Amino acid sequence: MWWNTILLALREIKRNVMRSVLTILGIVIGVGAVITMVTIGGGATAQVKEQISSMGSNLLMVTPGKRLGPGQSSNVALFKLNDGEAIARDVSSIAAVAPVSSQSLKAIFGNQNWSTQVTGSDNQYFKVTNRSIKSGRQFSDSELRSGAAVCIVGETVRKKLFGGQESLGLNIRLEKLSCQVIGILEAKGQSTMGMDQDDIVVIPIRTYQRRISGNQDVAMFQVSVQQGASTDKAQRDIQLLMRERRHLSPSDDDNFNVMDMKEIAKMLTGTTQLLTALLSAVAAVSLLVGGIGIMNIMLVSVTERTREIGIRLAIGAFEREVLMQFLVEAVVLSSFGGLIGIVLALSASVWLAGVLRVPFVFNAGIVVIAFLFSAAVGVIFGYFPALKAARLDPIEALRYE
Amino acid sequence: MIAFSQTENHPFIELKGVTKVYGTGQAAMHALRGIDLRIDEGEFVAVMGPSGSGKSTCLNILACLDTPTTGIYKFKGIEVGKLTRSQRTRLRRFYLGFVFQGYNLLNRTSALDNIELPLIYRRISAIERRKRAINALETVGLRGWESHTPGELSGGQQQRVAIARAIVTEPAILFADEPTGNLDTARSREIMDLLSALNQNQGITIVMVTHEPDMAAYAKRTIHFLDGLVESDEQNGRAI
Ligand SMILES: Nc1ncnc2c1ncn2[C@@H]1O[C@H](COP(=O)(O)OP(=O)(O)OP(=O)(O)O)[C@@H](O)[C@H]1O
Ligand SMILES: [Mg+2]
Repeated sequence: MWWNTILLALREIKRNVMRSVLTILGIVIGVGAVITMVTIGGGATAQVKEQISSMGSNLLMVTPGKRLGPGQSSNVALFKLNDGEAIARDVSSIAAVAPVSSQSLKAIFGNQNWSTQVTGSDNQYFKVTNRSIKSGRQFSDSELRSGAAVCIVGETVRKKLFGGQESLGLNIRLEKLSCQVIGILEAKGQSTMGMDQDDIVVIPIRTYQRRISGNQDVAMFQVSVQQGASTDKAQRDIQLLMRERRHLSPSDDDNFNVMDMKEIAKMLTGTTQLLTALLSAVAAVSLLVGGIGIMNIMLVSVTERTREIGIRLAIGAFEREVLMQFLVEAVVLSSFGGLIGIVLALSASVWLAGVLRVPFVFNAGIVVIAFLFSAAVGVIFGYFPALKAARLDPIEALRYE
Repeated sequence: MIAFSQTENHPFIELKGVTKVYGTGQAAMHALRGIDLRIDEGEFVAVMGPSGSGKSTCLNILACLDTPTTGIYKFKGIEVGKLTRSQRTRLRRFYLGFVFQGYNLLNRTSALDNIELPLIYRRISAIERRKRAINALETVGLRGWESHTPGELSGGQQQRVAIARAIVTEPAILFADEPTGNLDTARSREIMDLLSALNQNQGITIVMVTHEPDMAAYAKRTIHFLDGLVESDEQNGRAI
């Protein structure tokens, strides 16, 4: 009985190559798109989370204005160096406070030039960002005080400008500023948020203010809280201190922002979540298109299939034999399409993850869901018209138009 | 399962006051207006009558493909109207063969596979199936056309495949709705000779609809339909 039914179903699949291929294609597209999109989206999110956790959980960012990032409105008072000094002095449980101002500039050595991120800060910066000097030295106190023309460069910049050449003691030019390389940063590896962390030049903050930005402002402070101390408390203390220093009355809103890791993470993952949502929308549309494709094929062939059912019933097939044949047919096509879709999607995901430099995160849930959805579409649209037809008197099924 | 064993006191096939109405109300179409009919085992019956007189409708009911609106159909004394769906399917599967007026072959399916289909539902082994199907194909003169699909066959050839499919199971009764409607005279005679032989040698009861008196002459009995009623019912004078 079973073997007979499967045999009949397989014969029917083979006989209707076009219909079978189109059904399988619909499912492949649906399953493939959803799995690929969700896997890549998941990889991007995982990557961001991993990077955030590697930054340490005890980091706070103090920025002027209501929002983080460049392009704050100009009427908001910016920070000065003494704001950072006040934080370090007045807030307990602070491990380090680093002023950070940066912009993208072209670094030139000889006939080599390289566009890089130039950051003005002090030695606290290395503590806060968890970086160490590979060769050379940190800034000296007098260099920091006087705003000397010295710099510490990241591995990428060193490679681009000097190649294999010994670089300590040589002078590079950052726009009009010529500064001496006194240290090389230990490489931290590729990409935070898709950026190269070693593509950086650090100079004393005073040098930055005087020679590059031309003002006394500091874009933000990065603060690390002592191990074991409460980040929440430090965050509140900094908030109170800054409100006081900025003479805000109790009814005023903050015109600065103290973000902890959670908020930074939220902001950063917000981007990837938007990306994931977009990808998912595209995937959902593909799934829908695949589903509609299958539906179309099934509905178009319903007349022919109803007649076929009539013939089978007329020559002595039981209703359940006919139904079982159609069910097996739908299941075989759907699962075959589903498997192809899964294989294609996973290969595409692995490849895309490599190209986009995000980790490949296997999401068994979405594989199962996409497969079940497509299989359901195939089975529903393949089986239910048959169910209707098989209940008819044979002669009615034969007359169906 | 019920046993359709032959019993002395029951006629093979019996229709009592069978009517068939298509549609309802003003649009109602009375295809059969009250048919009383009795066919015994081993008979060869020709059904004639003008187009639209209800021949096919009656045949469909006899073959358990359709149900009468009112009236009783008894097969070996058993009331078919009281059988379940699957019991009627069983009846079709093991006792009845049918040649449709419109052939009703499976598309994109080879002649041989079409002929094998009823044997699959009878659970006959693949080898035996093949053997019998080739035999039936040969009987209707289609040797060499095994792998052709209905789309690649002429009307007459399709009709012969349909006949082969009906006789391959060696049914107790064969219903044939204009089995020679698309055949030339020579082919028609071949088919009629074949049906006669099946009737005489294997005792298969045959009920055949035809428009041609020449073909009806092969039968032992001719029933004339007119407007959904039996107009005449007589034994044929000419014996075969
Ligand atoms: N499904 C249906 N719905 C409505 N009317 C039908 C249907 N099937 C048959 N009829 C009508 O019933 C009547 C009898 O039809 P039937 O097919 O039995 O005729 P017939 O004697 O076989 O004719 P022919 O010699 O042309 O095949 C016809 O008038 C036909 O229009
Ligand atoms: Mg007819």
